[in-house]
Parts: sequence; C-alpha cells; structure tokens
Amino acid sequence: MTDPQACAPKLIFTWGNPSRGDDALGPAMFDLLENHKLKTSKLDEVDLLTDFQLQIEHAVDLEHRECVLFVDAGVSCSAPFEVRRLEAERDDSFTTHAMSPAAVLAVYRQISQHEPPPAYLLTIRAYAFGLGRAMSEPAKENLQKAYKFIIKQGSGIETL
Amino acid sequence: MPSTLETAKNPQQLERIVIEPLTRVEGHGKVTLLQDANHNIRQARLHITEFRGFEKFIQGRPYWELPVLVQRLCGICPVSHHLAAAKATDMIVGASELTPTAEKIRRLMHFGQTLQSHALHFFHLCSPDLLFGFDDDVRHRNIVGVIEDSPEIAKQGVLLRKYGQEVIRVTSGKRIHGTGAIPGGINKSLSTSEIHYLQKDIAQIIGWAQEAVELVKKIFFEHYDYHLAFASIDSNMMSVVGADGAFELYDGGLRARDYQGKPIFDHIDYRNYNDYIRESVKNWSYMKFPFITSIGQENGWYRVGPLARVNNCDFFPTPLAETQRKEFMAIGDGLPVQSTLAFHWARLIELLHCTEAIAELLCDSDLIGKDLRNKGELQCCGTGVIEAPRGTLFHHYEIDDQGIVEKASLIVSTTNNNQAMNESIRKVANQYLDGNQLSEALLNQVEVAIRAYDPCLSCATHAIGKMPMEINLLNDQNELIDRLEKRVTGQINRTF
Repeated sequence: MTDPQACAPKLIFTWGNPSRGDDALGPAMFDLLENHKLKTSKLDEVDLLTDFQLQIEHAVDLEHRECVLFVDAGVSCSAPFEVRRLEAERDDSFTTHAMSPAAVLAVYRQISQHEPPPAYLLTIRAYAFGLGRAMSEPAKENLQKAYKFIIKQGSGIETL
Repeated sequence: MPSTLETAKNPQQLERIVIEPLTRVEGHGKVTLLQDANHNIRQARLHITEFRGFEKFIQGRPYWELPVLVQRLCGICPVSHHLAAAKATDMIVGASELTPTAEKIRRLMHFGQTLQSHALHFFHLCSPDLLFGFDDDVRHRNIVGVIEDSPEIAKQGVLLRKYGQEVIRVTSGKRIHGTGAIPGGINKSLSTSEIHYLQKDIAQIIGWAQEAVELVKKIFFEHYDYHLAFASIDSNMMSVVGADGAFELYDGGLRARDYQGKPIFDHIDYRNYNDYIRESVKNWSYMKFPFITSIGQENGWYRVGPLARVNNCDFFPTPLAETQRKEFMAIGDGLPVQSTLAFHWARLIELLHCTEAIAELLCDSDLIGKDLRNKGELQCCGTGVIEAPRGTLFHHYEIDDQGIVEKASLIVSTTNNNQAMNESIRKVANQYLDGNQLSEALLNQVEVAIRAYDPCLSCATHAIGKMPMEINLLNDQNELIDRLEKRVTGQINRTF
C-alpha cells in the first residue's frame, strides 16, 4: 500500500493529542519541524507524520525507510528529553488501543518478515495531561531544546 | 432484567476484589467484585474513575469550530465525534438537508471510520481471545500471537485497518484533525485520482472482509453453546435505522426494541431524543447510566453498537452483509441474539457491509461534485446523532447570539452501554468467579466480557509506561488479603 517512490528514506513520527496539555508535545514538534522543512532544505530526506496515538497500521509507514525517529511526551524520563535506540519488542501495549513504538516495530517485523529499520525514541519530559489544558511552561522549554537537538542532526537522524 | 447484584444488602460483610486497569480497553476502568463469606459474588461494579470533562472543554467555543474541535475528545474515534458535531452544526446553520456530494462524502468517511475501528477491534483486541481461548497464556494471547500462528490473518487485519484510515484521509483531507465536514456540508469533494486510488484495493478488501466473517462464524460455532451463553444478558436494544428499516450508520430514526424484540419506539426523530432517553447518576462512577424513559430506570437500560444494530435493522442494503445477517439472526430463532460474544460476529458483518458500501460509493459520480454546502437561517441549537462504531452517539449544542456554545451535551456510545457492561460482568462473575482463588484466567473472563463491547473509556492521553494491571482482594474490613500485579512487561506477580 506504500509507494516506495513517494517515501523519503527517513521518517520522523510524532504523536499525541494537541488538546491534552503536555500530550501536545508530539504534534507541536511536528508543527515546528514542518515549518522548518518548508523554510529550509535541511530535512529534504525526511518525511514527517503525526497521529493521535500509535497503532498497528503505523507499521506500514515504516516500509521503505532507512531510519525512523519517534517523538512523544513522557513522564518517566529526565528533562528536557531523552533519546534511546529502539528494538522491536512485544510488550503489553499490544493489548491496548495505543501501542508503544517498540511494539509497532515488532508488528512491522512480523508482517514484513524482515527486520525493521533502525529506530530511535525521543521522549520529551511532560508534566500534565488535562483535557483542554494548555501545554505547561516547563514542557514548552523542553520542546524547544528537543527541537534544536533534532535540527542540529538535520537529515542525519541515523547518527543519533 | 433487574439485577440483584449491583447493590448488596450488607456490603461491609463482603470480600472485595478489585481489577484495575483493564487491558485492551481504552482508558482506565476498575472492576470491583464483592464476595460474601461463602465466596458468592454479591456485588459487581464497573467503576469509571476518570472525569472526562468533555462538555466543559466545548463550552465557550464558537459553533463553527466544533467539527474540528471535538475530534480531540477521543483519539480512538475522532471521526465519529467529527461527524456527530457536523450534523449538529448543520442544524445550527439551518441546513435542513445536505447536497448529494456532501452527504455521500460524509457517508464514505464514516464507512472508512467504522471499517478501521472494527478491523482493529477484531484482529488486534479480541481475536486472540477467540482464537486461542481465554485460558491461553496472556503473553501469547495478543496480536503477536495471532501473527505467529496466523500471519496472513494478522496482516489482513493491519491492511484492512490501513485501508479504512486511507478512506478517512482522502475524504477529510488530512490524516488526522481533518476538516472534511463543516457546518452545512463538506470542505472538499474527491478528485478522480483519489477515487481511483481507493478503488484499486477495494476488491481485495471486500474479499478479506468476507474471510473475516467466515472466521468469526467458525470460531463461534466451534464452541457454540459456550459462546451463546457467555455473559449473555437479556437487554433492550437501541439503534438508528433507515426510513425503510434498513441498517444505517449515518442518519435515520431511533428504534428501540425490548429483549424479546418487541417495539418500544420506532423511527423517532433523533432531535427529540431527550423525550425518550434520560440519564441517571450513581455515586460510584463518573459515567452516567442512560435508560429509556417509558420503561424506567430499573429496567430501561439498553445495549447499543453492532449487536443492537444488526438485531434491530430489517435488512442490510448490501447483498453480502444481508446474507450474513440472515444467518446471524437464525441463531436467535425469532428472538434477538443476546449473546454478548455475538457482538464480535455482528461487528464483522458490519465491517463487510462497510466494504461493500465503500465500493458502491466509489462508483458514484456525486463524489466529484462541486456543490458542497447548504445553509439557511441560523438556529440557536443543534443535535447530531450517528451510529459510531461502538454505538449510538449523541451531540447536542446550544449557542448564544454570537454563535458561542453555551451548553453542550454528549452521550457517547460507551455510556449508552454502561449498565449493560455492568450486567455482563455480573453474569460472568456469578458464573465463573465463585470464590476460588484469584487467577489470571478467571479475571480474564471478566475482561473478555467487557471487551466485547469495545468500550472507549477515555481519550488519547497515553504517557508511556503507565499500563500495569493490579488486582486487589480485600476482606470485609477493607484489609488487603491478596494482590496480583501485571507489569508493563506482561509479567504477573502475586505481590501480597
């Protein structure tokens, strides 16, 4: 279903609900990067995608990629953000309506019968998730630091 | 229909079992079971402990923002909220009917939404239970287990879901937060290339949908008596139907039938739903308990969703789904099918119908029409009702003279099924949790009963690392006497 000609070799995938406080960190990062991509050519080799949450069909978005960076909000990481290499893993998020990025990689491996592309998770420290709440000030600061970090990498996200 | 288990006479003398949160259920719920000294279940409740705050979120916003705004209420069914709000705002802008292009594109979007939602639920959330049995290792009983044992089935599930998402993307203009539906119509029609893009795979999609229905039937009939009896409850059922009694997801009148299939009301204008449905409040749950007014609070609760829709309609307007409906209804032998696990079968008949309906619509030249929007005189309120994947969804708004929302009332599908889920839990608890020591297999029976309804208990907050399941057993003095904890890794420990 994915046309290889239409795919950039690298993918940055963000997720979250823009109207749930700091859960908006993922989509806010998407907006920043999309804006940056429009103004410069530094992310030409990168596709940007965003969604409310990760699900099984996102395994299809990993097809024909050389590298993937997932970006999300999290409460259990250090501020301002953490980056780690992901391995495909069948964790318990398989049993919910929202999956972890490692679980999406595992689905990719199972349905495609080959290893997923190298993937990283950048988790931006979040603090509150109330419906209708604005993003918190500390989260905004963390977002900016994470954004600068990604921009500094440019298209070289595989070097993370 | 009335239950003796919801409120026990002497709860302080009972033993309490708490299960939280539920896996494979959106949001966090908690089940409390109270046992007496003889280990009989005396009280069973599904608690909803999160206050959703939807109405407050909406109040103060201009009505024209509603179709986009409400998508953020729920990461699972944003399109359902999008379309229900769009229908309500149609009323507000005085658009008594839509242009053919607008209505057909909205319907197409809704079929895509229902297709992807049902595909996720069957292939990802419930098929492991059905394929492997409830006593199977929980680490195996998930989508990866399905993939390992039946890779083609699992792949079809992913691609069916993906196809539904593509229908949404094409009709709404964006992958998420689309502006497809606007007050009085739609924002864009389809291009010929977009139609060809969706047509390319639809024959395959219909084929997979047919195979999925055959699979769920095979599973159901393999343990027929068990599936028929599991969590089965006699309930009223409510859904939207077409003017000719046809199965409907997007628009029609409200129909309610009792547990024997006799009419309670029929072809009710949904704008008057308040005359027929009320909500009661209970002090142990944030989720309200709707009931049919004419029957009353005790016996007036009902079920919505696939089981109710397939039971309630007179026919499906597409041939493959209609053939399947007849076979489904035959097991009721003239009465409604009340088996809770039959939700899964009904859900896949609907999925098949969605694929057929999408194929039909993609051949309709109105999809490329340019007449996108109607409007009339501005009204002070609007009501939109649709059949969301999980059941009937009500949106009602009242605005001031500046167009700002003063009042918002929503009854979401899961709320409509609230009492029914409690009843199913009680049935299962009474049948299986009879005082033996807590076990994963027994507790999973309760979860399986709840999952059949595919409840959506909250919205899209999803901080990583927050999905353990904890089961507490307390005595009549509220003292902890046993605890099972399921960690995010899937490991289960007895921690008491």
